[in-house]
Amino acid sequence: MSPAEIRDEIIDILSVIAPDEDLSNLNDEQSFREQLELDSMDFLDIVMELRKRHRIQIPEDEYSALASMSSTVQYLAPKMAEI
Amino acid sequence: MERRWTADVQTCPRENPIKLGESLTPGKRQPNPVNTLEYDTIIIGAGMSGLAAGIRLANYDQRVCILEKHWTIGGLNSFYRTGGRNYDVGLHAITNFTPAGTKKGPLARLLRQLRFRWEDFELSPQIGSAVVFPGARLGFTNDIEFLKSEVAREFPTQRDNFQRVLAELTDYDDLTQENFGGSAREFLNQTISEPLLVEMLLCPLMWYGNARENDMDFGQFCIMFRSIFLEGFARPFKGVRLILKHLVRRFRALGGELKLRSGVASIQVEGDRAIGVVLENGQQIHAKRILSSAGIIETQRLCEDLTETQPALAGQLTFIESISVLDRQPKEVGFPETIVFYNDSDQFHWQRPEQGLCDTRTGVICSPNNYLYSTEDGNLEDGIIRLTTIADFDSWTHLTEEEYLRQKMWWYDRSVASAVRFIPDFRSHVIDTDVFTPKTIRRFTSHINGAVYGAPEKRLDGTTHLKNLFLCGTDQGFVGIIGSIVSGISIANQHCLREA
Repeated sequence: MSPAEIRDEIIDILSVIAPDEDLSNLNDEQSFREQLELDSMDFLDIVMELRKRHRIQIPEDEYSALASMSSTVQYLAPKMAEI
Repeated sequence: MERRWTADVQTCPRENPIKLGESLTPGKRQPNPVNTLEYDTIIIGAGMSGLAAGIRLANYDQRVCILEKHWTIGGLNSFYRTGGRNYDVGLHAITNFTPAGTKKGPLARLLRQLRFRWEDFELSPQIGSAVVFPGARLGFTNDIEFLKSEVAREFPTQRDNFQRVLAELTDYDDLTQENFGGSAREFLNQTISEPLLVEMLLCPLMWYGNARENDMDFGQFCIMFRSIFLEGFARPFKGVRLILKHLVRRFRALGGELKLRSGVASIQVEGDRAIGVVLENGQQIHAKRILSSAGIIETQRLCEDLTETQPALAGQLTFIESISVLDRQPKEVGFPETIVFYNDSDQFHWQRPEQGLCDTRTGVICSPNNYLYSTEDGNLEDGIIRLTTIADFDSWTHLTEEEYLRQKMWWYDRSVASAVRFIPDFRSHVIDTDVFTPKTIRRFTSHINGAVYGAPEKRLDGTTHLKNLFLCGTDQGFVGIIGSIVSGISIANQHCLREA
């Protein structure tokens, strides 16, 4: 997947986790926590959805890489390049 | 009165079980001497917490089996039908109500985690409630500003102190549960200088979620304060069955298996791990992990490696519920409130009755009619007033059948006579009654002593003496419908999802 495709996939995951959110104006540099008020349970869901959909394992001490859209795409790019 | 149970929830067909001892090659099948099933997770109890945990795990492709001892789902939050009428067991109100679009708080969190829409639970907010003590009354609604004004009106010197209580509470984080221990009474006495106000604030919070006698853990106080005063009460027009049906349908749609009338006789143990369960009918079921909503001591009793448990640590607080069906709507007999918590002296006593079957000094009066239902729904056909009274489990269980029926009628009369000191006397409009007792609560929940809120010492992290056996539900710490669901979700997340 290209970075743009990874971004689309994350948007899709977010729309499942937080269906009431308008994600069209998401600021890629600002944290999900601030913009969408996601809590630790929601971050677990991002991890679990990635595992379910793409069999990607993310160790717990690397969850912080999922803070914002840009950091998430950057972190996932090498892991999802072959998908 | 004979009680007839609704039977509209049936066991679903078995899905996904893998039989151990079976060869994968047809024709070369090995004999299957143990006839066991294998799951990723077994969940004990099909109450709110077990169902919620099941949904989380099944959603992430685990093979999950929920084992329910009773022949219907729901546990304390179940429902039944008698005399042609539908009743909820535990439900007075759903606490933690927040309006559509709210992003924070337990309700929003559970909707996201279970992938439900806010509209799915069809919650209608309360009209208004009150705490009534001799000579003092505090009304409250789902808007904390109203309670602030009530405190200022009834206790003018305490306006700023109450504000300080609110400021302290909002810092409490129910996900980390730091500072859970500590005395709520001590905290309030240091903040509020009018003892009567302390008692009046504790009364509804203890009634709706305190397993400990007399005092309350600080963390539990913060959780209950927020769920009742800062968030609020609501109810689905169709009662608790609507929420249960949503949970069960979702669980099954995700491939989860639910077995009713499947009481667990024992949890099998090897070393420091649980390997499975044996049902009361002798069937063995194996799983990688077990999540039990049966309660701390109740779960210990099932573990074959433990010969001693500590029943002295079991909860003591249980109730009778006196339900009156009226010939008109409750507001037409002068009861417009959603819930009234009353106490007949300046001191609130939250403890097991010292003598006799019940203690009628305090009680909760509520009506499922008194919610702001939509105009399409109108109102419930029957006018219903429910009354909860503290009871003593042992006294109720030691009665003969004949004496039991007689005492139910006697304590219905005593309880209602106590309640009508605080609301208008509705007794001339009663056309039907039903009473359930600690024995009924025990049957639905399997809690020792029929303790509604379980054991006083909670197990906040959900761990047990076995590495892959975890607790959720009442004894993990969260209570109420929303609390139980959040408990199931959070323990499933913490212990059953990450390593899978």
